[in-house]
Amino acid sequence: MALKIVKGSIDRMFDKNLQDLVRGIRNHKEDEAKYISTCIDEIKQELKQDNIAVKANAVCKLTYLQMLGYDVSWAAFNIVEVMSSSKFTYKRIGYLAASQCFHESTDVIMLTTNQIRKDLSSPNQYDTGVALTGLSCFVTPDLARDLANDIMTLMSHTKPYIRKKAVLIMYKVFLKYPESLRPAFPRLKEKLEDPDPGVQSAAVNVICELARRNPKNYLSLAPLFFKLMTSSTNNWVLIKIIKLFGALTPLEPRLGKKLIEPLTNLIHSTSAMSLLYECVNTVIAGQYWESVGNLCVQKLRILIEDSDQNLKYLGLLAMSKILKTHPKSVQSHKDLILQCLDDKDESIRLRALDLLYGMVSKKNLMEIVKKLMLHVDKAEGTTYRDELLTKIIDICSQSNYQYITNFEWYISILVELTRLEGTRHGHLIASQMLDVAIRVKAIRAFAVAQMATLLDNAHLLTGNTQRNGICEVLYAAAWICGEFSEHLENPMQTLEAMLRPKVATLPGHIQAVYVQNAAKLFATVLKGEEGNTDGTAAQEASQLMIDRLPLFVQSANLEVQERASCILQLVKYIQKLQQKDVEVAEEVNALFAGELNPVAPKAQKKVPVPEGLDLDAWINEPPSESESEDEQPKAIFAKEEPKHSRPRHTEVDEKELARRREARKQEQANNPFYIKASPSSQKVYQEAPGVEHIPVVQIDLNVPLKVPGLPMSDQYVKMEEERRQKERAEKKKKEKKKRKEKRSGRGKKHDSAPESEEDITPAHMVDIVTEEMPENALPSDDDERDPTDPHKALDIDLDKPLADSEKLPVRSHRAAESQKSPTDGETENATLQEPKKKSSKEKREKKKDKERDRKVYDIQGNLQDGSQVVVSVIFENKCNSFLKSMEFNVLDSLNSKLQRPEGSGPHDGLVVPFQLPPGVSNEARFVFTVQSIVMPQKLKGTLTFIVKNEDDSTHEKLDFKLHFTCTSYLITTPCYSDAFAKLLESGDLKSSSIRLEGVNMPFHHLLARICFHHHFSVVERIDSCASMYSRSIQGHHVCLLVKTTVSIDAKCDEPTLLGNVLDEIKQTFSQC
Amino acid sequence: MMRFMLLFSRQGKLRLQKWYTATAERDKKKMVRELMQIVLARKPKMCSFLEWRDLKIVYKRYASLYFCCAIEEQDNELITLEIIHRFVELLDKYFGSVCELDIIFNFEKAYFILDEFLMGGEIQDTSKKSVLKAIEQADLLQEEDESPRSVLEEMGLA
Repeated sequence: MALKIVKGSIDRMFDKNLQDLVRGIRNHKEDEAKYISTCIDEIKQELKQDNIAVKANAVCKLTYLQMLGYDVSWAAFNIVEVMSSSKFTYKRIGYLAASQCFHESTDVIMLTTNQIRKDLSSPNQYDTGVALTGLSCFVTPDLARDLANDIMTLMSHTKPYIRKKAVLIMYKVFLKYPESLRPAFPRLKEKLEDPDPGVQSAAVNVICELARRNPKNYLSLAPLFFKLMTSSTNNWVLIKIIKLFGALTPLEPRLGKKLIEPLTNLIHSTSAMSLLYECVNTVIAGQYWESVGNLCVQKLRILIEDSDQNLKYLGLLAMSKILKTHPKSVQSHKDLILQCLDDKDESIRLRALDLLYGMVSKKNLMEIVKKLMLHVDKAEGTTYRDELLTKIIDICSQSNYQYITNFEWYISILVELTRLEGTRHGHLIASQMLDVAIRVKAIRAFAVAQMATLLDNAHLLTGNTQRNGICEVLYAAAWICGEFSEHLENPMQTLEAMLRPKVATLPGHIQAVYVQNAAKLFATVLKGEEGNTDGTAAQEASQLMIDRLPLFVQSANLEVQERASCILQLVKYIQKLQQKDVEVAEEVNALFAGELNPVAPKAQKKVPVPEGLDLDAWINEPPSESESEDEQPKAIFAKEEPKHSRPRHTEVDEKELARRREARKQEQANNPFYIKASPSSQKVYQEAPGVEHIPVVQIDLNVPLKVPGLPMSDQYVKMEEERRQKERAEKKKKEKKKRKEKRSGRGKKHDSAPESEEDITPAHMVDIVTEEMPENALPSDDDERDPTDPHKALDIDLDKPLADSEKLPVRSHRAAESQKSPTDGETENATLQEPKKKSSKEKREKKKDKERDRKVYDIQGNLQDGSQVVVSVIFENKCNSFLKSMEFNVLDSLNSKLQRPEGSGPHDGLVVPFQLPPGVSNEARFVFTVQSIVMPQKLKGTLTFIVKNEDDSTHEKLDFKLHFTCTSYLITTPCYSDAFAKLLESGDLKSSSIRLEGVNMPFHHLLARICFHHHFSVVERIDSCASMYSRSIQGHHVCLLVKTTVSIDAKCDEPTLLGNVLDEIKQTFSQC
Repeated sequence: MMRFMLLFSRQGKLRLQKWYTATAERDKKKMVRELMQIVLARKPKMCSFLEWRDLKIVYKRYASLYFCCAIEEQDNELITLEIIHRFVELLDKYFGSVCELDIIFNFEKAYFILDEFLMGGEIQDTSKKSVLKAIEQADLLQEEDESPRSVLEEMGLA
């Protein structure tokens, strides 16, 4: 023995401790993973030793490795061993490791229950302390249920050190085991007035967390908290209390009035910004706006003006909350928010931008955008500038251009934005231009003129390869000029601009639009010249087309090439006709007749599918798998089911590509019809529009870019102001007149206040074309709702931890209704038995084995007929060993007895008629005789069994309780209303009543719940009340009258039974 | 309620992590990685708050270490900043002008301090003194455990 100890200790001297490990890892930066894997091997060896010190050291190292991201779940059992060491040093390490590594699915947790209980009741407060701390991290529903009572006792411990920890951990226990809330709450409430400030603040913390999620249940605590709020000087506590009131006041408006004074005092007096901020948040959330709102906004202003970035950020954040409810109050601080756009912190600038989005109105839109434009000019860094650009467009286009009164102004803003260097959002600007030009008819003439200028100055946009993104706007410009060319003053000039050789340097899709719209322009030119006698202009146009289009015919882009050659042929034909003096304009124009209307984005979806059309049917037989696929290694494609085989270009490797290229070149060289590459300048254009190859005339961009002839948006701001002033003046005149007419003078206030939103009329009548929907569109509204909307998922009440499914170790279902929850395994089982027994009732007890071999038993009972009930129990073997020789025994009470076969003694167990291999469950039934059913009762029992392993077998036992509630003796029995009335009139029934506090659910849910959990049926429902009926297995009648005020009047011929049933109903609803 | 607290270095090495809600190991790793990237990319002059997923992140840098807390929507950012500061003060008092190495080599001590200060994501004691006292007492208990045994004793030779 001594030798063993010596050996162990010597080994220990050479063990690495934590410091060695850390040092080692730092020294093995190159091969860290390898080093750590050898360390883990060492640790595994250490864990095999008996010496607890060695083990604790190993566990400590593991905890460190866990933080580095290594899996240590395999050592969970060793951690439990270290936790159960009697030495504080090791215990502390064990609990730390457990709190870092354990989670709900760690199975060894269930082995810790007794150890933790022991530590909780340890005379040493630090043992208790580490146990509580550890538990707070890994508490599971089972631990919570088993230890709730112990922790509750600790809330009244003599040492405040333990009390405060116990109070805090209670919150975690409530979450895991909601049933504990009711029994523990009175004591928790007591702790609000604990002499120790730490305990007090812990209690405030817990109740605040609870109330935030379920405020209505805590309204009754308001006076107590009010007292605390006015007396406490601890800011930590005050913040929590104020937060709590923030949750309570929406439910109780009177509270708001009471709070105004202390809240105002705090806001005025406190120097702690965190407290001030909390007050402001509560004011924003609550009913105090009228009286304190302005004060809050003033304070926020101070925060935003502060040099501290954090305060600035929070100030803006709070402002954005106010914006939602009281936009006016925020709008008056526009100056300040605009200032924040200059802040050096990007997150603050973005916050300010967000605020601006919500602050615009018809009145201030132009001004705000003007400011933003200034910022665009001086912004550093493209990301922020792009952000500004998108925000400007967002702000202007929000809610269908609601705030734009002058679209000329908007178009010029868009045109100004095209000057942005290096923006990625050319596309966005282009789509805005198109959208506005198409949908706002009145603006077309103006838009066309602007776009023509843009086209004319296209070289400014495309001059620099860096500014490539912006050339997208030319796409829009060309299209607008072509489509609405009737508005062009000088179509010929624009036509010329669109056919310049430089256009061929643009990306293909833009060139295609150019070509197509050149044709439209051409048609317009012809039409314009039709009346003229000399017709030279028309011929000039044809000649221009014929001269310039060949350039596009040579384009490498198919689309461009195809369009260009089509149009070229057309123009040539037209030219011939022109030479014969034939009038062609009308026919050419007919090519482009008809207006293109905007189509709603959802239109396609709404086109009804014609009858008899199956969109999923194959048009052709699906092609069979090509042989080449068979050559591919199967494993790669095994998973994806090839629906249609596409040619696989990608799989050809480099070599193969080179080979093919070579072959192609050879072929081309020998092909007399193939045009060979020549270094002509035209050829350059033919190359793909890769911009870097294109010889570009450099333009000196240091010269401030101003597209000539463009009206600056600023001009519009001025014009708009003047226009509004004029309007206002006119309106005043009118009003004066009116007033004169209305001499009666009812004391109407003279409205000299600044004009309201509605007063501003748009500059010109703008008719925003609404988007088209297809004829007979399906009237579906569901497209408004996005199924993935996160708010929908949030629609679950926040007290989800307290939800039914999570809370019930002892819950009774009525078997017949189990269809409602088909996922519920236990009830399903009960349904099977339903046909056999009229009065079935089931009950579940969940027990967790505390022994090593991890078993969970679900026991459920079915009680039946008269004085006899049947309990059916499901045995499930959750361990890895074979279970046999199970014996079920219950300690009989006077009232309830387990029926045993004749000849056996009153304490003998019943043999369970089956064995359980690992992972298997089976059901057994036991009959009980019950004499009185008026009281609920619990029976204690044990299950003994043999655990058979490969090499040995052990005898083990499991304790459980069977809970027979009074509800379980009730059978759902239908009853007609006249019979029900007679029953009530008979006078045989005693009455009683209860109120259900804090129940806040729809009435029909309430009824459904009573039906479901307590086996009643609804007899009749009239408006705000419903009568319900049930019958016990011994024939007692139970009648309920449930009112929407959530009170229940009840009658029954057995008052004790009634009392118990009502208590159980109350219990059911206290859990929700 | 605080959801978790992380300490990591400027080089992106995790030094301490404490999770106050049950989170799967895989999610933890992912969240830590993502968050470290975001926080480390922020410029020094930027404010200490950011919104991330459905949480609010409050972080502060002390020397080479970032202290980073995730709190819920309704929580108070400023008080969280205060909590971080308080924790740093506690570390400082305990280790005597704390540095990153102290936390690396005595990481279990750092956890013990944190556990005395916060529990289940809520602050346990607002008084620095009582937290430090508790730690000292517990340490004393630990030393009592360890001191009486010399190496020889352990070898069974004494």
